[in-house]
Amino acid sequence: MSKIACQISGIVKSFGPNKVLREINLDLPAGKITALMGANGAGKSTLVKILCGVHQADAGSVFLFGKSFDPISPADAFKSGVVTVHQSINNGVIPDLDIVSNLMIDRLAEQNSGFFINSEKLKKEANKIASAMDININTATLVRDLGPADKQMIAIARAMSHSPKLLILDEPTSSLSENEAKRLFVLLEKLKKQGVAILYISHRMSDINSIADRIVAMRDGTISGLFEDKPLDYEGAVTAMLGQKLSQAAIKTNKGKRVVLNLEGIKLSDSSTPFDLSFYENEIVSITGLIGSGKTNLASEIFGLNNNSKAKMTLNANSYSPNSPKEAIAAGVFMCPKDRASNAIVSEFDISNNLALPFFKRHSKLSFLRNKTLRKNAKNSIDKLGIVCQSEMDSVTTLSGGNQQKVMVGRWLAEESSVLLLDEPFQGVDIKARRDIGLQIRSTSDQRATLIFVAELDEALEIADRVIVLHEGNLVGEFENESKNIPEIVSSFSGRSVNLNSSSYGT
Amino acid sequence: MVNVQKMSSRSFAIKYGFLILLAGLVIFFSIAAEGFAGPRSAVFIFQSVSITGILALGVTATLVVDGFDLSIGSVATSALMLSAYVMVVLEMSAFSAIIACLFMGAAVGFINGLLIVKAKVPDLLATLGMMFLLIGLQRIPTEGRSISTGMKLPDGSTTEGVYSQAFLWLGRHRLDFFLEKLIPVPVIIFILVGVLIWIFLELTRHGRLMYAIGSNETATALAGANVNKYKILAYVISGVMASIGGILLSARLGRGDIASGNNLLLDSVAAALIGFAVLGAAKPNAFGTAIGAIFVGILLQGLTMMNAPYYTQDFVKGAVLVIALIFTFALSFSGRKSGH
Repeated sequence: MSKIACQISGIVKSFGPNKVLREINLDLPAGKITALMGANGAGKSTLVKILCGVHQADAGSVFLFGKSFDPISPADAFKSGVVTVHQSINNGVIPDLDIVSNLMIDRLAEQNSGFFINSEKLKKEANKIASAMDININTATLVRDLGPADKQMIAIARAMSHSPKLLILDEPTSSLSENEAKRLFVLLEKLKKQGVAILYISHRMSDINSIADRIVAMRDGTISGLFEDKPLDYEGAVTAMLGQKLSQAAIKTNKGKRVVLNLEGIKLSDSSTPFDLSFYENEIVSITGLIGSGKTNLASEIFGLNNNSKAKMTLNANSYSPNSPKEAIAAGVFMCPKDRASNAIVSEFDISNNLALPFFKRHSKLSFLRNKTLRKNAKNSIDKLGIVCQSEMDSVTTLSGGNQQKVMVGRWLAEESSVLLLDEPFQGVDIKARRDIGLQIRSTSDQRATLIFVAELDEALEIADRVIVLHEGNLVGEFENESKNIPEIVSSFSGRSVNLNSSSYGT
Repeated sequence: MVNVQKMSSRSFAIKYGFLILLAGLVIFFSIAAEGFAGPRSAVFIFQSVSITGILALGVTATLVVDGFDLSIGSVATSALMLSAYVMVVLEMSAFSAIIACLFMGAAVGFINGLLIVKAKVPDLLATLGMMFLLIGLQRIPTEGRSISTGMKLPDGSTTEGVYSQAFLWLGRHRLDFFLEKLIPVPVIIFILVGVLIWIFLELTRHGRLMYAIGSNETATALAGANVNKYKILAYVISGVMASIGGILLSARLGRGDIASGNNLLLDSVAAALIGFAVLGAAKPNAFGTAIGAIFVGILLQGLTMMNAPYYTQDFVKGAVLVIALIFTFALSFSGRKSGH
């Protein structure tokens, strides 16, 4: 049963001077689910990309059931039996076609599949696949009408029609509800029994509790821990993944006393309990929690993106109920959104225009933009944040990821605010840029309340005075960031302090 | 930034290639076609492209917000018919005719904007629908016939109104400029509109925000801009420009000719797209649009003077457009890391 399906030995990968993977050795046994954990930049996505043929390793080798496996493209990996289901489900399905076509799309793309579609035959085969996977939906349904879980199932079912040897799932439950996740787990159990090796990337305690047979932790391009003994040592794995980085930055002792933002009756999802929160002047608060914990909902609520908010908010003792980002910004509440590529960067603009985007009004006279003040503003931000560029007139796309992120954060530091929300400000950013951004946030924070939303616990501990932990829309922990609190923070982060009923589903 | 020596022949070609091509054409025609070089010929070229150019400047505004306006041609012909109807049938003044046309253009633009922003109809479909609607609407009051003084109306009466001189002045008058009666009024209006749109798009924060919306709508909304307002504004600008074009066409023709303006949409869209290639902008821009319109005008004028038959005109325009699109997309974008 525990035959080794995939043997990874000595994999090394660098991007330029950046060593991303240093000698990865890992065995993935057939018929077992291996959970992979790792902080941002640990190298887990690079490892996955090598396995599914997007990147090629610089050194080392991979064996699939003893046969050398060196895919040059995703299609190549797919043919050899390594199937990857990516985080964004929509890449795995074609929403405007029905289930039959989705399941059989690879068949249709084959050269010798004939010119006309034999719908009866296709339907029969598709139904066979669907029933083998316990998918009880009419296969004539359009995929876009399905819920996320069903889409996920279809993506996996499509992959299963190729009888994979290794199935890689990247955060598959990130867009699923608990019930939907349960259905996915039942399916994974079934695949496991068929002898498929599964590599499951997730931080979710509840996921790992229900289905993982072993946990692998990665840190700084190496395997930092392997846990196989039942019960699985989740906290040990979190510690292995975070390593020595669980040290905090200098924390302010002169935290302000004045409440800047007060929230009453915040309800983050239909099933969650409302809670209250207060944020003080000269304070940096990290709001942390796993994906799906409601962090982004909370940020949206404060920034006026949720129009049917029922929460009662006060800002500087005045009632505050923004209906749009415009109103929030006018009130002095700024937000640096997550995922800069889709939510923040204007790729056709240069650095100075990207920096000034929300405040064009302040850089113009009678609506005419003044290049001088635009450039002065840009130079100022470039100096302060250490943005590496040739000139402020360069296109923002010429910058590296870390420097782009500095521009996005600098955009909101250029003007004074009462409340600054930063959603995942360290996303896709190297350590050096993360330090620069963190220092700049801290050095400007004395007049405002700063809220930083991060999924990675080490990032939260690195910068915050106070850490707030959310889990599935509920407030599960609130801690001053002191070293004596760290064990408690870790355990509340893992979801131990709430009743997950994790034994009731899955295994 | 690429270092200056390495700003190779390639980036030079992308930036100035189209303007050099334009200069080359002018020199070629000046030598090959007798009478091409000279102020009268130059003015003729400008006159031939002025109405198309004004429409093209309007559609540029919608392209900037990553939209598209297919209804401009029909807005222009509707303005043509409306102005004739107001003066000839209703016997009202030139001023009323102009106001009615501008208002109609703004209203159509506003409805287009609402359809796109509020009803979430994709831009191409919304403006295509509007195009059909207007083509049909402008035929209803006169049962599909052109409007001229002395025509019989559906109710049996005869029209008695006339095009006022002030209105015809807009389309036919020529101003003295070194030479007597050199520059027609539509050319002046084209240049004026071009400068205004250029200033608005390039120099004001509103224009800059519209470009930001075209590049990343979500980011611009999260930066606090009223995205919907700017998108609607772009369609209103487009509608007003198209109605100005229609007024000038009407003033030139002197009658409400139902069959005029068939080519306006394609010609002006082509000018705006050719404009992407000017100065390597690789994006909609007012200067490029104006140059694009003039480029087509020079080419057609030159070829006509070299006795190329009229029926080759559309072919030539199409060829220019395809070449300009290659300039924009194959050359400019392959050198960049990310397009949009």
